[in-house]
Amino acid sequence: MIFLAGGRVIDPASRLDGVRTVILDGAGIREVREAAPSAGERAAHEIVDCTGMLVLPGLVDLHVHLREPGEEGKETIASGARAAVAGGVTTIVAMPNTKPVCDSASVARFVQARGREAGFAKVLPAGAITRGSLGESLADHAELKDAGCVVLTDDGRPVMSAGVMRRALEYARDLDLCVMVHAEDLTLSAGGSMNEGPVATRLGLSGVPAAAEVVMVQRDILLAELTGAHLHVAHVSAAGSVRAIREARARGVHVTAEATPHHFTLTDEAVAGQPASVPAAALSEAPACEPYETHAKMTPPLRAEADRQAIVGALADGIIDAIATDHAPHGPLDKQVDFASAANGIVGLETSLGLTLALVRAGELPLYRAVERMTIGPARALGLGCGTLAPGAPADVIVVDPERTWRVEAQALHSKSKNSPFLGWTLRGKVLRTYVDGRLVHHENPAQKGGVKS
Amino acid sequence: MIDFPRNLLDLETLTRAQIEAALNLSASFKRERAQARQLRQSEQAGSSGKAGASQGTGTGTGPDRRGLLSGRTVVSLFFEPSTRTRSSFEVAARALGADVLSFQKDSSSFSKGETLEDTVRNLDAIGADALVVRHPSAGAPRLVARAVRACVINAGDGAHEHPTQGLLDALTLRERLGPLEGKTVAIVGDIANSRVARSNIHCLSRLGVNVRVGGPSTLIPVGIEKLGCTVVKSLREALEGADAVMALRIQQERISDARIPGTRDYARTWGINARSLALMPQSAVVLHPGPVNRGVELSSDVLESPRSLVMDQVDSGVAVRMAVLALCLRAEAT
Repeated sequence: MIFLAGGRVIDPASRLDGVRTVILDGAGIREVREAAPSAGERAAHEIVDCTGMLVLPGLVDLHVHLREPGEEGKETIASGARAAVAGGVTTIVAMPNTKPVCDSASVARFVQARGREAGFAKVLPAGAITRGSLGESLADHAELKDAGCVVLTDDGRPVMSAGVMRRALEYARDLDLCVMVHAEDLTLSAGGSMNEGPVATRLGLSGVPAAAEVVMVQRDILLAELTGAHLHVAHVSAAGSVRAIREARARGVHVTAEATPHHFTLTDEAVAGQPASVPAAALSEAPACEPYETHAKMTPPLRAEADRQAIVGALADGIIDAIATDHAPHGPLDKQVDFASAANGIVGLETSLGLTLALVRAGELPLYRAVERMTIGPARALGLGCGTLAPGAPADVIVVDPERTWRVEAQALHSKSKNSPFLGWTLRGKVLRTYVDGRLVHHENPAQKGGVKS
Repeated sequence: MIDFPRNLLDLETLTRAQIEAALNLSASFKRERAQARQLRQSEQAGSSGKAGASQGTGTGTGPDRRGLLSGRTVVSLFFEPSTRTRSSFEVAARALGADVLSFQKDSSSFSKGETLEDTVRNLDAIGADALVVRHPSAGAPRLVARAVRACVINAGDGAHEHPTQGLLDALTLRERLGPLEGKTVAIVGDIANSRVARSNIHCLSRLGVNVRVGGPSTLIPVGIEKLGCTVVKSLREALEGADAVMALRIQQERISDARIPGTRDYARTWGINARSLALMPQSAVVLHPGPVNRGVELSSDVLESPRSLVMDQVDSGVAVRMAVLALCLRAEAT
């Protein structure tokens, strides 16, 4: 057994926040208790002194692009799962927009097999809503579910037909499968490469209005209401979407949602090279960069400060259930081009916790809520059975030094791709140990700062 | 030597002093060109019929500027079709004695899948001293500037800026209206897709001009007033009491992307004709960066009236580009 002793244990699923000892027994959690390890236990078991550390359930990330199969130069399932555990993430949901698209059992099984071989974070596949994610006919939802898919989504390729979406929601509801949507009306976003607003106007870039997201969130909420299905709204970026989800929940529609660290840490000012207007960014000593920063290009785009604040508020009160990264690896050729031509998206697995802790330190989100949004919040949203330290739960646990500062450096990232707007930022809070099913899969070199004594 | 940026990427970041320095140098180049032209014409008139007349480099034309950039190489690199801006830059570079190389999309390796950065690094290695870049994507000249040692001059990037157009419009206005401080200039038309509008707003507001912008709401971008202008709701509001109006070109694409129903419907509300011109003082003038759609942005009679400065804008263009090349390349003009 392994005793993680004397750390501040936060397990929102058990309503726990206090100094405890977490005992791992094989692949499961044995118990979380107040008593320190006895002399006998000290002699018989591995004891990890976690004094001054945070001990948390392994983080759960519902939104990760692993690029395998098809674009292994950007990321592989192994490199992505390795990056995940370095960031404290022990369960990831792999988006289906690979080549080929994960719209069949064979791709879904391949993704899981590769994940198991890698042996880092647990990799759960998301299946496509429509065949080839073309938005036309339904993918084989029952087959995908039997093959281990935990959710259905055409992420990145919104289902533009309301009729197809209605049928998808109905069919998925019968199977108890959640439908995750990338809410974007492509006719409203057409041609745009950043948030519509004064910054886009100044830079001469075409804008994507927040309404491009909100109309689709509203549409899909109505369809979820019509069908009684479970809708999960991916990467919420707009205040209007938060409002729509809040109202829908109040009238009993089954809708859950996630938001990304970049949408609560940055605004569209980052595209103009000025990221530090946000408190968490200022705390992280965010360096200024040049205008037309392609690492600030993603979809949905970084929005205005009012949108950012609405997302933070929804994370605090639970209208947004989960923090998810939308980890989207791209190579230099996709990003070192003019802004309009640049690929959308950034890597996020290794900076997610640090950025969330910056939001906490900026006073915008209580620590307990932050942990909830990264553990039981996402796990419960999709019914994953992880994200807690309750006895019998999988021994997915992380030990975090909340005070250790580190600079985000490209060469230190485990992800194959380095496309991050947070390069050069100083983050406070580093994952020292990551356990998956009781196995130590990431161990930050203790010689570096002496954070861990074992 | 005036402190002027090595790369002219935008007017937004120039100071008033830098803009005025560029305008002053442009004005003197423009004057010299006019004198030389006049002399050439009078020599031609005087020597008509006579064989073996001397070529017009006589005294009285002012200094010969061909020494300023002699031995320097100016490369024009146009990723978007352009006739007037490109030829204007090339004439300007030659007038200063530079060697000129010209690349257009489809005529070089652009179409062979080479990245923008690789293309410009090659031109840099060839020995370009200045790259004049036009690109359909906003911010592209900045990317070029990061990749090369040569000076980079933005000749228009997407809907971002067209700095030399902004300067030449200011020069044209200043020469006709006198000092621009306190004057009112209306910019009318497709503001959303216009780099000319943005450069003009930055340049004119920096010079103390009250800038009004107007057009159908579909062509007014969100937050444009933050650049230093006021948005007006009608052509009347734009023109009343204005010292100048600048009409912007309406592209056919604006119909296909549903920004306007058609050019006729646009002209009904925002087209400038003799009647709308009467809303402005007698001394007020009309500009257009060209090419003009007659009967859409401007009626033919307005375009051809003495109040139209459209041809003078083209003339100012060469002088401004001479000045910008000289300033960016640190050529001492005395």
